[in-house]
Amino acid sequence: MSALRESLGFLTSRLRQVGIFVALILIVILFQVLTDGILLQPQNVTNLVVQNSYILILAIGMVMVIIAGHIDLSVGSIAGFIGAVAGVMIVHWGWAWWLAIPACLLVGALVGAWQGYWIAYVGIPAFIVTLAGMLIFRGLTLITLKNQQITPFPNELRALGGGFLPDISGGTSVLEWLTVILGVGGTAAILFQALKERRVRRKFNLENEPMAWFAVKNGFIAVLMLIITFLLASYRGTPIVLIVLAVLVIVYSALMNNSIFGRHTYAIGGNLHAAELSGIKTKKVTFRLFVNMGVLAALAGLVFTARLNSAQPAGGTGFELDSIAAAFIGGAAVQGGIGTVAGAMIGGLIMGVLNNGMSILGLGTDYQQLIKGLVLLLAVGFDIFNKNRTGAGGGSSMGRRFKWKTTPPATEAAPAATTEPVGVDAK
Amino acid sequence: MNVPILQMRGITKTFPGVKALQDVTLDVNRGEVHAICGENGAGKSTLMKVLSGVYAHNTFDGDILFENEPCDFSSITDSEKRGIVIIHQELALSPYLSIAENIYLGNELAKNGWVDWRKTNLEAAKLLARVGLSENPVTPIQHISVGKQQLVEIAKALSKEVKLLILDEPTAALNDEDSDHLLDLILHLKGQGVTSIIISHKLNEIRKVADAVTIIRDGKSIETLRLDQGQITQERIIRGMVGRDLESLYPDRTPNIGEEVLRIEDWTVQHPQDHARTVVHNASLNVRKGEVVGLAGLMGAGRTELAMSVFGRTYGRTVSGRVYKYGEEINTSTVSDAIDHGIAYATEDRKHYGLNLIEDIKRNISMAALNKLAKRGWVDGNKETTVANHYRKSMNIKAPSVAAITGKLSGGNQQKVVLSKWMFSDPDVLILDEPTRGIDVGAKFEIYTIIAELAAAGKAVIVISSELPELLGICDRIYTLSAGHITGEVPIAEATQETLMHFMTKEKE
Repeated sequence: MSALRESLGFLTSRLRQVGIFVALILIVILFQVLTDGILLQPQNVTNLVVQNSYILILAIGMVMVIIAGHIDLSVGSIAGFIGAVAGVMIVHWGWAWWLAIPACLLVGALVGAWQGYWIAYVGIPAFIVTLAGMLIFRGLTLITLKNQQITPFPNELRALGGGFLPDISGGTSVLEWLTVILGVGGTAAILFQALKERRVRRKFNLENEPMAWFAVKNGFIAVLMLIITFLLASYRGTPIVLIVLAVLVIVYSALMNNSIFGRHTYAIGGNLHAAELSGIKTKKVTFRLFVNMGVLAALAGLVFTARLNSAQPAGGTGFELDSIAAAFIGGAAVQGGIGTVAGAMIGGLIMGVLNNGMSILGLGTDYQQLIKGLVLLLAVGFDIFNKNRTGAGGGSSMGRRFKWKTTPPATEAAPAATTEPVGVDAK
Repeated sequence: MNVPILQMRGITKTFPGVKALQDVTLDVNRGEVHAICGENGAGKSTLMKVLSGVYAHNTFDGDILFENEPCDFSSITDSEKRGIVIIHQELALSPYLSIAENIYLGNELAKNGWVDWRKTNLEAAKLLARVGLSENPVTPIQHISVGKQQLVEIAKALSKEVKLLILDEPTAALNDEDSDHLLDLILHLKGQGVTSIIISHKLNEIRKVADAVTIIRDGKSIETLRLDQGQITQERIIRGMVGRDLESLYPDRTPNIGEEVLRIEDWTVQHPQDHARTVVHNASLNVRKGEVVGLAGLMGAGRTELAMSVFGRTYGRTVSGRVYKYGEEINTSTVSDAIDHGIAYATEDRKHYGLNLIEDIKRNISMAALNKLAKRGWVDGNKETTVANHYRKSMNIKAPSVAAITGKLSGGNQQKVVLSKWMFSDPDVLILDEPTRGIDVGAKFEIYTIIAELAAAGKAVIVISSELPELLGICDRIYTLSAGHITGEVPIAEATQETLMHFMTKEKE
């Protein structure tokens, strides 16, 4: 009984994280019903993964930029530009894929360095710099391509967009065994990691999630992983890009949580002045974030180009909006300081399922955009509502100053007067 | 002659847990300049906010009579309708709008919703003439100096047909010339029948303009001194401001002072925007091992500016002077340099400059010294938690765990997190800026104990504080600052509140 109440209290305190999860499930169920089961057919699930992979790759970099309190509007144009560069290198110049891929990532890094310079060292707001970048790199894409698409690409590069891991059973089995091994292994690893973390938290006396919630959450994740594994395995196996994405998610999650660089990113977004006064080299961190964003945008551009088997003048258009939406739906805060890579992935999947489901239903892009816009608005609106309700984090000091009447004295109150919840009466 | 214009009776204002004002009485006569004096945090500004309706009439106890009629103000608009206008310390002008637009902001001279620009600029010019400002009314505010902006604020007040003008530390941000001009203007307006209340700690200013002085201390009105009764003297005001009992609120300690750790020489700092203003003039000071050195000064004396400019040039643009550690000159021109040289600065404004309020305790504690927890750029999370738990215990941070969000802690506990952060960076010199601001008595004692322990552990500690009893209670030696100059260096044995206040209000030679 008390366990139930504890769980409920916990759920309301984490309404956001729980909400996004529930939202994803509801959307999946909704479209599964509306599309008469097409949504979760093996082939469609595979499509869903491959189609959204480049948005998800961009969302990783985007959520990091947003956590630091910036934004990047140029990633779509950069992805398009890198596609064009890859086309010139591979198709026109005849470079080998293993040379062209690192070269393209390097160009992405240079593009990021260019933008990072203006943002971090000159001090122009990222919104402006990347808005300019959006135009600059779209222009460069058109110039590079001379307004014509470049095609075809060699198979090795195309594998990055549409390839699958080899079938070790030699095509005799109904299920792709390598995929099954990877899926089950991955699920086990996730569960093991979750249990380990819980043990560590207990060891250090940090409050833990209630057992019930922990079990439900991880059980659910495991089931979801296994279902996806089964669906992928019964089609053509594991898309190569999914492996790339999985590696990126693991590496970047670790980077954001456990590296000095990641910690500094959160610190800058949470309170820039405090970060500066703690000796954090805020300009350097900002610069690196944009270099990183450039590399990831280049990778997304390569994947996209590989999937289409052509570098196109309009390639990457609108990617920035989808990846920004993914980060915000995934719980990143508009003021910075809050957000996770995992959250951005879930946000990206919500957008992806919406896109895919509505396409299957035959809804035109007109309605698709309308609905996606509303979902973004609702997700962030829910965030703000939730924040105002609990009075936690974020918000302007002004807002907090005027809120003291409605919040209990334990939180910060009037400017000069602060109380100790437990302790001696003042004067 | 002495016709009361304003009577405030029994004003009591409570914030959760703290009585900011207690039974305060204020009587202001028509046509006088009435100064309100008191230490920082004594309740002067709160009283003025009560008077001007910033705090609505049902949020405090007591009565206000203005021109013999009771006042029930719910907002600043209500008080302005009656002719009470307050000019805050931070000016509320829009930098890109013109002088005239600012004067009539929210009160536009309009016909059917369309602004009458001719009339606006014409009337504004008349008001500018009244305040003695020779600027074109269409000049954008950002193009005139702070001193002139202050005059625009007064012109704005005049446009509202002000009867009682309240100025909250009007000269805090002004240079001498501008200050003189402003004070002359207040006297001039007095001649035109405008009553003024001026909040200030600059005793020379008060002597120049005030007909009466009401002293506020610890949220209570102590006394009202009147010029015509010959009561306004520096000694009398100082006694009133500081005359409180020294309770034994401070831990006992026997100082064990060693060699000199840090020495600052000829430190001069210019204001970051207004280059003509020198905020710190040729300051020199030192601090020794195991010593607690106080830095006393009234608001605007340049204490924080001095500390922040030393700590990685985080204040001011052109800074000159030298910093020595153990006799060798060191470079502290970036924060990380300063930290590497073993200097720590805990800010007076922990919410804006000290903490990441949306992060948890452990990540705040590790913020300034993450590299101590990391190998090749990767942070050891378990070690971090261990460190944070250690400080939670030793500093007695009251929180469910070190994973608690710092924004939800009380002020005292937040301050302990800030101190933990800097202690973990293992500095030799700690500069603590207003370490007990906004925290209650019990937590203050804990902070004093921590400071004593730091000194006992051989750290050199500099404490900046506006509370003189606090400095007297914890320091071994106290420097006083006045208008950017170090005006005194007093060993604790010779220090009293009166001597310190004397140095703190001393005009430069």
